[in-house]
Amino acid sequence: MNQLTDQEREKEFQAKIDRGELIEPKDWMPERYRKQLIRMMSQHAHSEVVGMLPEGNWITRAPSLRRKAVLLAKVQDEGGHGLYIYCGTETLDVSRSQLIDDLLSGKAKYSSIFNYPTLTWADIGAIGWLVDGAAIVNQTALAKGSYGPYARAMVRICKEENFHHKQGYEILATLMKGTPEQRAMAQDAMNRWWWPSLMMFGPSDKDSPNSEELLRWKVKKYSNDELRQRFIDRTIPQADNIGLKVPDPELKFDEKSKHYSHGEINWEEFYNVIKGNGICNKERLKARKKAHEEGAWVREAAEAYAAKQNKKLVAA
Amino acid sequence: MSNTQWPLWEVFTQKKSGVPFEHAGSIHAPDKELALQNARDVYSRRNEATCIWVVPSEFIVSSTPEDMGSFFEPSNDKIYRHPNFYKTPGASFE
Repeated sequence: MNQLTDQEREKEFQAKIDRGELIEPKDWMPERYRKQLIRMMSQHAHSEVVGMLPEGNWITRAPSLRRKAVLLAKVQDEGGHGLYIYCGTETLDVSRSQLIDDLLSGKAKYSSIFNYPTLTWADIGAIGWLVDGAAIVNQTALAKGSYGPYARAMVRICKEENFHHKQGYEILATLMKGTPEQRAMAQDAMNRWWWPSLMMFGPSDKDSPNSEELLRWKVKKYSNDELRQRFIDRTIPQADNIGLKVPDPELKFDEKSKHYSHGEINWEEFYNVIKGNGICNKERLKARKKAHEEGAWVREAAEAYAAKQNKKLVAA
Repeated sequence: MSNTQWPLWEVFTQKKSGVPFEHAGSIHAPDKELALQNARDVYSRRNEATCIWVVPSEFIVSSTPEDMGSFFEPSNDKIYRHPNFYKTPGASFE
């Protein structure tokens, strides 16, 4: 076998990516590519798992059996999405238990959006329509990324997110056809979730330090601002369609570019929530820890049962 | 508290009978039975599979990307394994 220097290998690696080929777990990759992917993928997986909490809050109070069955299925999907991405992350030589430890100890981050509370039933509509709508835009781009296991997980997730997206819109559309109180509740949810949804795409390109490298490696295919714009352009007509007002007085459609331009995003709020000072940061981690601790006996019982079965097998 | 990690299993699903099994991803489970159940819950919530295989990941043996050249070399110079290598003037093989 010919011995290549790391520099030659990196050149070959970049050429492979430029040709549009995918990188697979056993392929050589720069240590930084591996690290960046672990960071992005684990944050993404944690977001799916923590994302079950704000919605889980409404399962017992869903307004009908239909809505309840739908919400249960959706929350189960989010758990499944977390598992797809965790197993993808593990192909980069990091263990599941390490990933979980990093989440529970507060070392790992997850999407800030889940540190906002779900105050009314309309928030469940807003999460499905806006938060999952933003996630679809993000994830459709990630599905074309260069790391095979991540890209494949995204393809699977995107198919399922379309149901999440539409069920959320249906909730808000129904409320908007209801009483004045119901319409006000839907508008209030829109007012609270619009800006945090825009923040989901991350800092503006000029303040996004990792972007250049991630774009070159095709870990990201589009910049944060490009994806944000795509989300805004496709969401505003949907809002207009059911009479929801976008809480941005500076929002306007530019006939020339065929894009909407929006007002300044409150980045101070964004960084503040990331730092742990959002409304629900502490509550979310506490709930995850509680679930982990209270599930310990189930894990132990399953392990004990497996050990007993193995013993029987050996004895037979 | 139990913080150990259950063994890793690779999951293969068959979309419908008659087609090949395809790698879907992996899951953790303490035994065969739970491996199958977890695989179903994670990879077939919408009838994506009619049959599932689960295999402990440690038993999967894979060629390595570095082998790629030499390992698959023997088939490179045997174009006579393909039907279009042969001249069959005038005859129809449709």
